[in-house]
Amino acid sequence: MGIKLSENCDSKFQSAYITLLSAPFQHRFIFSHRMAAKTKTSAQTDHKEAAINASLSKEDKLDLLREMVRIRKFEQTSLKHYLNGSIGGFLHLYIGQESVAVGSISLLGDDDHVITAYRDHGHALAVGMGMDECMAEVFGKATGCSKGKGGSMHYFAPDKNYWGGHGIVGGQTPLGAGLAYAVKYQGKKGCCLCYLGDGAINQGAFHEALNLAALWDLPVIYIIENNGYSMGTSQARSSAFPEEGLAARAEGYNMAWDKIDGVSIYEIRAGVQKAVERAHNESKPTLLEIATYRHKGHSVADANAEKYRTKEEIKTYMDKHDPIQFMKDDLIAEGILTEEDFKAMNQEAQKEANDAADFAIKSPFPEESEIFDDIYWEVDNNTEAGRTGRHFFHG
Amino acid sequence: MPRQITYREALREGLDEELAHDDNVVIIGEEVAEYNGAYKVTEGLWEKWGDKRLVDAPISEAGFIGMGIGASMLGIRPVMELMFYSFAYVAFDQMMNNAATCRYMSGGLVNCPIVVRGPANGGTNVGATHSHTPENIFANMPGLKVVSPSDAYDAKGLIKSAIRDNDPVYFMESTVLYGQTAEVPSNDELEDGELLVPIGRAKVKREGTDISLIAHGRAVITSLEAAEILAEKHNINAEVVDLRSIRPLDEQTIMESVRKTHRAIYIEENKPFCGVGAQISSMIMEQAFDDLDAPVLRITSADAPAFYSPPIEKLQLPQADEIVERALSIC
Ligand SMILES: Cc1ncc(C[n+]2csc(CCOP(=O)(O)OP(=O)(O)O)c2C)c(N)n1
Ligand SMILES: [Mg+2]
Repeated sequence: MGIKLSENCDSKFQSAYITLLSAPFQHRFIFSHRMAAKTKTSAQTDHKEAAINASLSKEDKLDLLREMVRIRKFEQTSLKHYLNGSIGGFLHLYIGQESVAVGSISLLGDDDHVITAYRDHGHALAVGMGMDECMAEVFGKATGCSKGKGGSMHYFAPDKNYWGGHGIVGGQTPLGAGLAYAVKYQGKKGCCLCYLGDGAINQGAFHEALNLAALWDLPVIYIIENNGYSMGTSQARSSAFPEEGLAARAEGYNMAWDKIDGVSIYEIRAGVQKAVERAHNESKPTLLEIATYRHKGHSVADANAEKYRTKEEIKTYMDKHDPIQFMKDDLIAEGILTEEDFKAMNQEAQKEANDAADFAIKSPFPEESEIFDDIYWEVDNNTEAGRTGRHFFHG
Repeated sequence: MPRQITYREALREGLDEELAHDDNVVIIGEEVAEYNGAYKVTEGLWEKWGDKRLVDAPISEAGFIGMGIGASMLGIRPVMELMFYSFAYVAFDQMMNNAATCRYMSGGLVNCPIVVRGPANGGTNVGATHSHTPENIFANMPGLKVVSPSDAYDAKGLIKSAIRDNDPVYFMESTVLYGQTAEVPSNDELEDGELLVPIGRAKVKREGTDISLIAHGRAVITSLEAAEILAEKHNINAEVVDLRSIRPLDEQTIMESVRKTHRAIYIEENKPFCGVGAQISSMIMEQAFDDLDAPVLRITSADAPAFYSPPIEKLQLPQADEIVERALSIC
């Protein structure tokens, strides 16, 4: 038997969604099994009282909120510049999902690592990458975090233990196992948080990675950011899974799993912390499923975002399941935030994002000569190996 | 007024006609049905043909393409859409090993009439993972067929032939071409009542006498542009040959052209190392050496992963100016 973590988690998770979802779209969008809805418990308060959250100072809490607001402003600003034509390609926005990256990454230490898919801006800012370098990257500028080579889907910052930014669905999941393998191999007390979507769980590589992680006791934590859809396909139309949910697939690998309601950053921190401790102390993997929602389309190019999801569904999530709104209300109730503070926090983040866009606009494009840089280390560093044999065949 | 339709519409018409022609034809892929296709190639087909003939697949390319190969052994004619051909790499074993070798290893007892189609191009600012051009890689494998239409006419005629073919056909399109129009006759204008372009036949898209620009896919369009510049500004009359099908390959049309013009350049958006052009230039050297007045040149994408930044990525792809310049160097 796999280890089911928090016994009360299910019912609360369930109730939040059942009350949110109106009947017409339940058949298309099912976060959880359709058991009778139980009354909402005081679970939020419970999570807030978990040791990992109880120790948060007032400043820490404001920082968590601020981080989420920064991500949202970054995303809204990049969207604006995509729509005015300064940015092309794909732009997958994280708006609505901010609590997942911010909450989970806030738990990490020096030997913990992060890897994700193409919806990667939130995780990047959460690990401490700057808005300037991130914005410049989507603009394709030389000052971008990957010198304009990777783009929106392919951010990297090894100095911040951030290993991408991966465009191929599921492709990052074996790499996540590999980062955990290396941490363990080197005898460090660390782990890897590997994020993936609810659609990505159907890639074969992910299943192979789960088996390896469980078989070899790798300290990797897979976090399914379940926003209900893979592109235009609802979870119900793309995945076969047991009543308990997607994460319950871990049972088949004898791996611990849990489900978390992503509206509350406290619940995320409490749930992920248990997995981090399991990784650190027992070198064991965990599969987590965090219920979240993307407010925007799959990418900015997704013209059908309001066709496969009803307007009412989107509105319901924006109104009732927005992690920023949720935390803001909570902090106001706690008496450590005022409407004015929140406004100021938004203005500050907006200014930072606008400045980042200005920086990106003013930055130069890369030089043509850079095309052949960063392909082989030996060539870049002009070593003996880099001078032996022909490496490139253009022209 | 001859009928003009887009490359995308041409593909759709071809698919629609084959769905009507054979009950065993089924279209499977991510977002092909309810969403109408990520690039709208299959728009309206789900509405018309329903759940049995158009199937939305989970993001499991190895699984559903492998499934298609298995189903094809029993006579189903699956047409698999890859949202990007770059995603073929997660299904590589199925496409390269199973599809290509079942027939051989069964001593000819097993057929795999599967089509795997989707866009295989760079140049759209989506980064290296989404910009692969694997036509040379798949054409490397005996047992597989690889086609790459450059215009709407061939897109329609070739997709129909691909579906009727009894071997695996990997059909590589281009997102950049989807919106481009060409003259495509409607069925009632055709003697046979339908448009079938045979796989394995090249097409001379522009007749010329001074140099052969041989290409496939979107590079054909770039070559035609270059041919116009060569004619207008340099008084050079270039012939443009569109392979259409990379394997099987129409050697005869290539050699006839080279014997006429005595000079050749192969142009492709593929990478250079063991690219399609490497194969063609070696064949020209072997078969038409005495007819050549200059070495065969190749113009390819830069030998580097696709650069995200748009102005630089543009430079990685073959440009008309570059073709003109290289042509002048041997004319
Ligand atoms: C192997 C592969 N197949 C298909 C795609 C195209 N694609 C990109 S994202 C996506 C949907 C993924 O959905 P999900 O895993 O739920 O993540 P989300 O976008 O919701 O964050 C698809 C089909 C891809 N990038 N890679
Ligand atoms: Mg999703």
